[in-house]
Amino acid sequence: MMKFVDEFREPEVITWTSEQIRRLADPKRHYRIMEVCGGHTHAIYRFGLKDLLPSNIELIHGPGCPVCVLPMGRIDDGLSIALDPNIIFAAFGDMMRVPGTQGSPLEHKARGMDVRIVYSPSDALKLAETNPDKHVMFFAIGFETTAPSTALTLVRAKNQGIHNFSVFCNHVTIIPAIRAILDSPDMRIDAFIGPGHVSTVIGCRPYEWIAKNENKPVAVSGFEPLDILQSIVMVLRQLRDDEAKIENQYKRVVPWEGNRAALRAMADVFELRPYFEWRGLGFISQSALRIRDRYAEWDAEQRFDVPGVRVTDPKAAQCGEVLKGVLKPHQCKLFGKECTPEHPIGALMVSSEGSCAAYFNYEHRKTAMVNSITSAA
Amino acid sequence: MCLAIPGQVVELFPDQPTAAMIDVVGVRRKVDLGLLQDDLPVKGDWVLIHVGFAMSKISEADAADQMRTLRMLGEAEAAMQEIEGYGLENSDNKKAS
Repeated sequence: MMKFVDEFREPEVITWTSEQIRRLADPKRHYRIMEVCGGHTHAIYRFGLKDLLPSNIELIHGPGCPVCVLPMGRIDDGLSIALDPNIIFAAFGDMMRVPGTQGSPLEHKARGMDVRIVYSPSDALKLAETNPDKHVMFFAIGFETTAPSTALTLVRAKNQGIHNFSVFCNHVTIIPAIRAILDSPDMRIDAFIGPGHVSTVIGCRPYEWIAKNENKPVAVSGFEPLDILQSIVMVLRQLRDDEAKIENQYKRVVPWEGNRAALRAMADVFELRPYFEWRGLGFISQSALRIRDRYAEWDAEQRFDVPGVRVTDPKAAQCGEVLKGVLKPHQCKLFGKECTPEHPIGALMVSSEGSCAAYFNYEHRKTAMVNSITSAA
Repeated sequence: MCLAIPGQVVELFPDQPTAAMIDVVGVRRKVDLGLLQDDLPVKGDWVLIHVGFAMSKISEADAADQMRTLRMLGEAEAAMQEIEGYGLENSDNKKAS
């Protein structure tokens, strides 16, 4: 079971923390702890952390994977704007294989669309400067970790008077998604592992209502195996003592108050949308950002005709249930059959932070390997 | 896409107060310092970089930890690809521009 522990830094601390978790977990209780961030989901599978936990601790994978929660209609909308040959569609690499109804951005590129991978929104702006006869539309995704960078890029576009550039904004905010999950009648969560890098921007205060109003512990966590295990210790200790507060396990990176300059940039450029559709969670009020009118010229949605496509997910795919943690990835009918990382049907299979891809790459392949070894023997 | 990449500030530009040259395991690229404008880093400081923007200052030890985390997560290669691609230095855009 613990065969991977030796590969970790400070393996004895890992073992000790894992034993501490066993001592804290009441064997009569079943704990459901949600890790909100897709980066944590990836780390949990990659490091096999489940093997270090007693069986009555269940980790529920949360909505914090930007690619995974983006409804297919938004991809269709963005791509439909870029059907105009004068438009360059620029996006992060994560977006390239995400399927729209008429194919992914990469498939559109194969059909002749000018699609570019950029690693920074500021490079999309640079692309506009180097292609003055074209219009560059940056397809922006991400939570509060990424939104401030898009905001500053828009400020720079305006200040530098670059007019052949716009942003198709799909930025979302994490707090309303957590609220929607807590409000969902089929969900029972005992505690949260809070997102690490989102919190460098928003700080720890925005989670306080989860403790105060919902009486659930939160530990904002780093991404190392020990970070995640220590965060589990923090919330278990609170649950044992019947407490609910916000603890910051990732103090070395996350300031309690967040990053004020980043928050200012976001407030300057963005405002809350009245509502936004999330894949698997449906419409959530005030859960996403739109570009303020003073930046309207750089807002692709105000500048171009947007069809407003709404696409229901393939009926057989159960992305919604998996996203909410009602089903485990392998319990979906399509998992590992029609839907694989090589041929993803749902977005949870596309991103390495999606719980289906993480489960497939680590758990499923491990089981398949074990099965083939056992059957060969 | 949520992982942040550690780098060291190796050069500041007097004419561009919101830019810095950072070094990530020997690869040097320009990043935006706008999100740290309340507490700008100086030469030699370590920062966490996300999508071309320095988002927080960290200690040298934490930078080393973060790099190790990326390696353990199997994300180090993707992180280096991202750093190398900053400034449109990826093949996709080099070809076209």
